[in-house]
Amino acid sequence: MEIKILGPGCPKCKQTEDIVKAVVTETGVDAKVEKVRDLMKIAGYGIFGTPAVVVNGEVKSVGKVPTKEEIKAWIEK
Amino acid sequence: MKERTKLLLIILVFLACYYVPWSHSTIRQAGLEAFMMLQEYAREHVLTCLIPAFFIAGAIAVFVSQSAVLKYFGATAKKILSYSVASISGTVLAVCSCTVLPLFASIYTRGAGIGPATAFLYSGPAINVLAIVLTSKILGWQMGLARAVCAVIFAVVTGLLMAFFFRKDDAARTAGQVYIPDEEDKGRTLLQDAFYMLTMVLILVFAAFARPEAGSTGLWHIIFAVRWYVTAFLLTVLFIMLKSWFTKEERLNWVQSTWGFMKQILPLLGAGVLIAGFMLGRPGHSALISEHYIQALVGGNSLWANLFASVSGALMYFATLTEIPILQSLMGAGMGKGPALALLLAGPALSLPNMLVIGGVMGMKKTLTFCLIIVVLSTIAGMGYGWISG
Repeated sequence: MEIKILGPGCPKCKQTEDIVKAVVTETGVDAKVEKVRDLMKIAGYGIFGTPAVVVNGEVKSVGKVPTKEEIKAWIEK
Repeated sequence: MKERTKLLLIILVFLACYYVPWSHSTIRQAGLEAFMMLQEYAREHVLTCLIPAFFIAGAIAVFVSQSAVLKYFGATAKKILSYSVASISGTVLAVCSCTVLPLFASIYTRGAGIGPATAFLYSGPAINVLAIVLTSKILGWQMGLARAVCAVIFAVVTGLLMAFFFRKDDAARTAGQVYIPDEEDKGRTLLQDAFYMLTMVLILVFAAFARPEAGSTGLWHIIFAVRWYVTAFLLTVLFIMLKSWFTKEERLNWVQSTWGFMKQILPLLGAGVLIAGFMLGRPGHSALISEHYIQALVGGNSLWANLFASVSGALMYFATLTEIPILQSLMGAGMGKGPALALLLAGPALSLPNMLVIGGVMGMKKTLTFCLIIVVLSTIAGMGYGWISG
C-alpha cells in the first residue's frame, strides 16, 4: 500500500504526517508513507487545499487533519 | 535547517559579537532603541490589538467554510465570480503563504485558470485580517484602508491583465478531477456565525480605540470614555454565544488554531520590531542608519521614491506582519506616505524566494510579467496616495 501526504510543510501537514505514521505502526499494515512537497505534483492531484492524504492513488481527504478512525478505515480495506 | 546552514549562522553571530563596536555611542543608542520599540509594542499593541486579532484569525480559520469559497475556483465556475472571490478570499483563506502557494498551483493547473489564480496569489498574503488590523492600528486607519482597498483592486486588475496577456495558452491546462475540502455540517446558521465574528471585531475596535486629541469633545470622546465598559459587555456577549452555540470540540479547535497563529507570528514580529528599532529607531529617535539616507531614497513623493519602494518591497522577504514595524520606523525616519503604501502593496505578496516558486509553477515569463504588473501598479498607487494625503 502506498500512502502519500501532500503538503508543503505547514504545521497541519506535519500533524497529518505524524498521525498517519502512528496509525500505520499501530495497525501493522504494510504501507509506505511518503511526503510530497513539490508544488506541481501536489497540484497534479487536483486538490484545492492542503494537507491532503492520498491512498493508492485515490484522494481521501483534503484541507484537514484526518482523525485516527478515518485513517484506519482507509487502510484496513 | 541543514547542518551547514546552522554552522554558517553560528559563525556569523560569532563574528558580529566579536567585531561590532558595541561600546560605540551610535551602537548603544541603536540597541536601546530596539528595546524601547519592543516595549512600545508590548505596551500599546499586544493586549488590545494583536491578541483579539489572533482570536479572530483563529475563528476564521476554523469556522469559515473553505469549500464554500473554493468552489468558485473550479474550472466551471463563472469568471466574474472567480475574480471577485479571488480578490477578497485572502481575508478568509490565507494567513500563511504555505497554504497560498499549493492552492495557487491547483487553481492555475486544474481550476479557473491564470487570471483568478494570480488574483488569488496576490490577494492572499496582502489582505489577511491580521495585516489590515495591525496596519490600521500602527500606521493609521487611512493607511489601513488604503492598503485594503488597493489590495482588492490590484488583485482583480492583475488577474485580468494576466488573463489578457496570456489568453492564448490558457487552454493548455490539464483537465481532471478536482477535490475540494468537504463541507462540514455545523449546528449554526450563517447569521449566528456572522454575529459571532461581528462581536469579536467590535471587541477589537473598542479595546484598541485610540485616545482622541486632548480637548476634543463629542462622539469620539464619549466612546473613548466608555470603551472598557463596552468591551466588557461585548466579552460577556461573546462568552454567552460560545457557551450556547458552539460544541466543546469547536471551542477547542478555535483556541488551538489561535494558539497556532500566535506561535507562528509573535516571535517573527518580535524579531522584526527589534531589527527595525535597531536600524532605524522609533519615530523621532535616531538609531544606526542616519535619517537623511532614508529621506534621500524614499522621502517625499517623487516617481523615483515610489518606484524604489515598490521594487525593494517586491524583492525583499517580509515574514508575516513584520513589514509594519519596519515601515513605522522608515516613516518615522522620513519616508513619504506614498512610497510607504507602495512598499506595503508590493511587499508581502512578492519576494525573491516566492518568485522562484511561482516561476516553477507558471514559468519565468509569466512570473516576470506578474511581478512587473504589481510593481507598476504599486508605484502608481503610491504616487496617488502621496498626492492625496499631501
